[in-house]
Amino acid sequence: MRDLYAWAAIGLIILASTTGDVLLSHAMKRVGDVGELWKRRGLLAVVSRVLTTPTFALGLMAMAVAFYSLLFGLSWGNLSLVVPASASLTFVANAVAARIFLHEHVGRRRWIAALLVAGGVVLMAI
Amino acid sequence: MTFRKYLVLAGITVFSTAGDSLLARGMKDLGNITVSLHNLSGLLLSILNPWVAAGILLLLAFFACYMSALSWADLTYVLPATSLSYVLVALIGHFRLHEEISLTRWLGIALIAAGVGFVAVGPSVTPSRSPGSSTNSARDALSREAES
Repeated sequence: MRDLYAWAAIGLIILASTTGDVLLSHAMKRVGDVGELWKRRGLLAVVSRVLTTPTFALGLMAMAVAFYSLLFGLSWGNLSLVVPASASLTFVANAVAARIFLHEHVGRRRWIAALLVAGGVVLMAI
Repeated sequence: MTFRKYLVLAGITVFSTAGDSLLARGMKDLGNITVSLHNLSGLLLSILNPWVAAGILLLLAFFACYMSALSWADLTYVLPATSLSYVLVALIGHFRLHEEISLTRWLGIALIAAGVGFVAVGPSVTPSRSPGSSTNSARDALSREAES
């Protein structure tokens, strides 16, 4: 029963954090290199530009859902089960979502890396 | 990729690991939260626990580094490149929280390390496939940097 709760939390973490990652990545690509921006216009410009990007707020909300799911998950399961299990599947979900929604080139090198990491994380969860 | 950018990636790894373990430590103090599912205030009040509060502070530092990295690198680069944090989480779980690490778990750690090495030597940013988003000048500058 505890396991069931833990895996329900894990499912919610995957869904929410993939949505959040894609939205945040989209937002930050629109902002541009923050290091460059900081040098040219100062920290305040960076902060205001990030905060006024609409997908940033949406991504943050999705991340908040993922964060509270993680808090639940951690109280039901071991740190070294909940974190790797949700992370592993989030890697695969993110690679697919980044390809579809962010139009990133997910080449062979990145697929192998994502699958190695996801596989490794699964091994850590069993 | 400059040295500073590698530092940001390292910051993501370390801050997220430390933040997660402090949170776990705090949540273990608070005990079984299944009970407080019925009163949400218990969950909200959990941030008053010093371990949880410190964990949240570190996760904020993680978030700043993460946002910075996403502004100059692809999501599919940043995520694998910083996945050593899961190895660190397991090691901290083992040494600080006394959770068991089995042989398969060690094997998983090896696979993750291999995956990190695989993505880290590739380009951090790829030119966008859609012509619409590549008109963005910042994006073009990033692509040029990746090619050079």
